[in-house]
Amino acid sequence: MTNNTINKIRLVQGNEACALGAIKAGATFYSGYPITPSTEVAEHIANKFPRIGRHFIQMEDEIASIGAAIGASTVGHKAFTATSGPGFSLMQELIGYAAIAEIPVVIINVMRAGPSTGLPTMPAAGDVQQARWGTHGDHSIIAISPNSVMETYYETINAFNLAEQYRTPVLLMMDEKVGHLRERFEEDEANEPVIMYRPAPKEGEKFVPYANVECGVPHILPLGKGERYHITGLTHGETGFYTAQPKAVSKFVGRLSDKIELNVDKIAKIEENYTDDAEVLVLSYGSSARSAHEAVKTLREQGHKVGMVRLITLWPFHDAKIAALCEGKKAVIVPEMNLGQMAREVQRVAKGVPVLPMCRVDGDLMTPDEIIAKVKEVL
Amino acid sequence: MRPVYEKYFRDNIPHIWCAGCGNGIVMSAFARAIEKLGYDQDDVMVVSGIGCSSRMTTYIDFNTLHTAHGRALAFATGAKLSEPRLKMFVIMGDGDAAAIGGNHFIHSCRRNIDITAIIINNAIYGMTGGQYSPLTPTGKKATTAPYGNIDRAFDIVELSRGAGATYVARGDIYHAAQLTNQIVDAANHKGFSVLEVVSTCPISYGRYNKMPKPTDMMQYIKDNTVSVQKAATMTADELKDKIIIGEHFKIENVPEYTEEHNKLVAEVKKDYLEKLKGGAK
Repeated sequence: MTNNTINKIRLVQGNEACALGAIKAGATFYSGYPITPSTEVAEHIANKFPRIGRHFIQMEDEIASIGAAIGASTVGHKAFTATSGPGFSLMQELIGYAAIAEIPVVIINVMRAGPSTGLPTMPAAGDVQQARWGTHGDHSIIAISPNSVMETYYETINAFNLAEQYRTPVLLMMDEKVGHLRERFEEDEANEPVIMYRPAPKEGEKFVPYANVECGVPHILPLGKGERYHITGLTHGETGFYTAQPKAVSKFVGRLSDKIELNVDKIAKIEENYTDDAEVLVLSYGSSARSAHEAVKTLREQGHKVGMVRLITLWPFHDAKIAALCEGKKAVIVPEMNLGQMAREVQRVAKGVPVLPMCRVDGDLMTPDEIIAKVKEVL
Repeated sequence: MRPVYEKYFRDNIPHIWCAGCGNGIVMSAFARAIEKLGYDQDDVMVVSGIGCSSRMTTYIDFNTLHTAHGRALAFATGAKLSEPRLKMFVIMGDGDAAAIGGNHFIHSCRRNIDITAIIINNAIYGMTGGQYSPLTPTGKKATTAPYGNIDRAFDIVELSRGAGATYVARGDIYHAAQLTNQIVDAANHKGFSVLEVVSTCPISYGRYNKMPKPTDMMQYIKDNTVSVQKAATMTADELKDKIIIGEHFKIENVPEYTEEHNKLVAEVKKDYLEKLKGGAK
């Protein structure tokens, strides 16, 4: 190993990896409000952004934080904010604004146990259904749940890419354990991540900010660069102005969902291990998936036909793929740090297969042994 | 001055405003002010919240951002900080700015970010049909104060002063020509400028408060406004219930937020680049 290689390997915390990912993704604007256990994201950005000429601001609350981020995005910046449960709750209205106005923005939620102030320094996955349904009205959303420091780095980049590509808010649903975990950090130099930018019209092409284009994602241009147009949180027609005309509204609201749901194959990342001949499946995500993976490995070593499915993308939920994976299994066990929020989704699609939630909401991590014991009950 | 409406208005009129509403007067004053300021429309961004007055962004031809209730200043702060070259205006109603958006309002004052905030104060939530706002005077009636409002109202001038704003003026829709100049002056001030515009809502406020006709409300404003200069010569008793119009205060040489931010970024960046060049030294 050369010295140069060694220098590139570091011990990095999950929240720092998130900040590094945002920098790599080309984020130029951060606005946030301090909250445990996400604060290190803001601290790293406050430290690094000025060095590279980018913008950091600490706002008066989480609503202002996401508002400022969306504002910066409307004038062309890749913008993001980071928070945890209470702040995520406050942000919900403007997550909906970004969804309806189709403004790219990334929201990092380092989940802690709730409800309310809950267990501020302990992990949970209690916000995963809130991520899907937290804001009012119909729309789709993209939410990602990394389970390691390196994955946090790459999935933060992916979150920005998806936000730009689909003109939508993207939620990076970390949890306290992933956020505060320290692991080996080494970029894969052979595979430089692709960095994407929002779709702009070609030279001479007419710009219609909310065009009902076939791909579902109309072009977007920054405000203030010569193309004057209007952005609103009201339902709007193709030019961006308010409409209450039922046909136009129906088409528009439909497009907000379709542009994501119809691209689920491209968006949703699902990791599979030992699924080919598995009789029992363990499906998990985030920190719990680390324990689940360990449990499945041990069970395989003991000769049990157990498979592991990990959701890297929580939303959009890949109904068809999960249904296919569950088919014919003796049981599907879903360890998660909530009272069965994603297990409900699995139950919805796994027709006829027993789906057994495995829940923990006390702030402690699930151990591999607990999961092994649960799997052995059904083997 | 010749009307400049064609240049600055979009063609999606008719607007939603009721006959006798003051919003249109503010909108035309705004267009005249931009003409006077000589700003290129492409460089002007207008951000609004939710409410009757905030619909103005639909009708005027600039870079317009119609946001959520109370949050216009938060959006504008993000846009202005990241693109300080934009001439940033925020249009809010009284409920929008002083109730749900009160936190963003005081913090914008404190930061002294170069945004011109125009608060159209009709003393009521008009769009929802006439509920009392933090700027509804005590004793006045509203649909949610049918027996009279017991709340005390904010004084936007004093609130802004206390929060650290560096420019505060109050205008009104009766003195429309002065209003144009007030918008110009507020825009020319470097820092956070607050312009409260006392306006009318005959439908949702006047009708409940013995001023059912638009002209009644205009007359009320005409009769009860006094200039800052004249007010200085009057006693507290004489000033009771009067609307003091004009430039209330202007503080120069307070650091403006985006300039401070850019200065800091430039210094840190320079130091960092030098450190990188210096290598292991």
